[in-house]
Amino acid sequence: MAETNVKEATTKEPLFQFGKKERKLLTDPLNDNNPITVQVLGICSALAVTSLVYPSVVMSIAVIFVTGFSSLFTSLLRNYIPKQVRMIVQLVIIASLVTVVELTLKYLNYPVYKQLSVYIGLIITNCIVMGRLEAFSMANKPWRSFLDGIGNGLGYGAILIAVGVVRELFGKGSLFAGSPIEMKIIGPTAEYFINTETSTLFGWYENNNLMVLPAAAMFIIGIMIWIQRSYNQKLVDIS
Amino acid sequence: MNSTNYILGFILAMTAIVAVLLTGLREVTKAGAERNEAIFNKRAILMSVENYLGDKQVKQLSDAEVENIFQNQVEQVVLNMDGEEVESMMAEDVDMAKERKKPEAERVLPLYIFSDTDTKEKFYILSVRGNGLWDEIWGNIALKSDLETIAGAAFDHTGETPGLGAEIKDNASFRKQFEGKKIYDAEGNYTAVVVRKNGARNDRYEVDAISGATVTCDGVTEMLQRGIKYYQPYLEELDAESDVQGFLVQ
Repeated sequence: MAETNVKEATTKEPLFQFGKKERKLLTDPLNDNNPITVQVLGICSALAVTSLVYPSVVMSIAVIFVTGFSSLFTSLLRNYIPKQVRMIVQLVIIASLVTVVELTLKYLNYPVYKQLSVYIGLIITNCIVMGRLEAFSMANKPWRSFLDGIGNGLGYGAILIAVGVVRELFGKGSLFAGSPIEMKIIGPTAEYFINTETSTLFGWYENNNLMVLPAAAMFIIGIMIWIQRSYNQKLVDIS
Repeated sequence: MNSTNYILGFILAMTAIVAVLLTGLREVTKAGAERNEAIFNKRAILMSVENYLGDKQVKQLSDAEVENIFQNQVEQVVLNMDGEEVESMMAEDVDMAKERKKPEAERVLPLYIFSDTDTKEKFYILSVRGNGLWDEIWGNIALKSDLETIAGAAFDHTGETPGLGAEIKDNASFRKQFEGKKIYDAEGNYTAVVVRKNGARNDRYEVDAISGATVTCDGVTEMLQRGIKYYQPYLEELDAESDVQGFLVQ
């Protein structure tokens, strides 16, 4: 695996620089080092919450927030955390941030909180978060750790939303159901975007119920890994 | 290596800070979260009389409109298991999940009486709760004023499989089937509504099950048969009363 365990630079650097290295921290997890399709972490929630796009988006934002800020806080404390209990300290940081997410979501959008149910709480056990803390934040400066956390959250979120779009579009015929911008795309009646008032070309259309089942997410992620590896040859046989 | 005292100090300081911050956040958001939860539950109850709310669907109603309907059109009653009204309690304060853990005789039942603004017809909304495949399922059943015809039903669940058991909530055509069904057969025997695999056989009190969700559908049947029966003492008394009133009017 392409761990980015950079040795800490001894020379004084500006606190918030954004050069090539920093950009790589953000973009690497989107493709070459994607937490889901390459590292195969966080699969549980990726299968469970992606039957609709809207909850997937909310879940992604929650994970980006948790990965970003847990990396930042761990990195800020990295020289003070006693090595013997470092995992417990990391866990407390993650758990507090997840609780913050949970309380905020309950306050701002209760129906989505109900829909995501246990999966918000289960961000604590999402391997992406703790994996990045152990591999990166414990050895790097706060700004870079923050970017690494955000990058990994984005890589997770991108896959989650992509899977959500495919599943909702073919499973329910809609996009963003449950949100204020609900769109009806494919379906048999005139209220769907694909049919106009006069033509009902898709009157025969039936939703594919398999897409709503969690198993569909596994097929979709599998196909995504396949496509990614077929054009990105360096990912093949590195494991 | 750090000394034990350092480790202890670090952990204590960290947990103290985290505890204070999280408690603070919880206190700030508590009132709002409770209000959200109440509105969420009220919407679930209104789902069962969605056809009688005018031209709006429940999800199109604003929070204020939901509160307004509850203020003006909904009467809340709490019953004990003998069908007697329990004073000084609001139906919305009854937690069905907690009631289920009590012995049957000690439970209380929430009852919402919704009146249509135009026709003044009263609807009796009963709450039922049972087990699905993975976890609890529950629903609200609205009875018309004849006390035997179902005006509407709505279901929800904790963790049924999306696409299978979860269709009891997600698929509107499942709950629409309940409209117009009776809870008694032609001879007047109590049947509740039966969710029948391979298609309903009796138009009067059976509905079609969802393929692939047999356990959840059996759960719905069991929940309805047991849950509606709890309200029977009250409904029978109400029925007798209305008969007397009908007699006096004649």
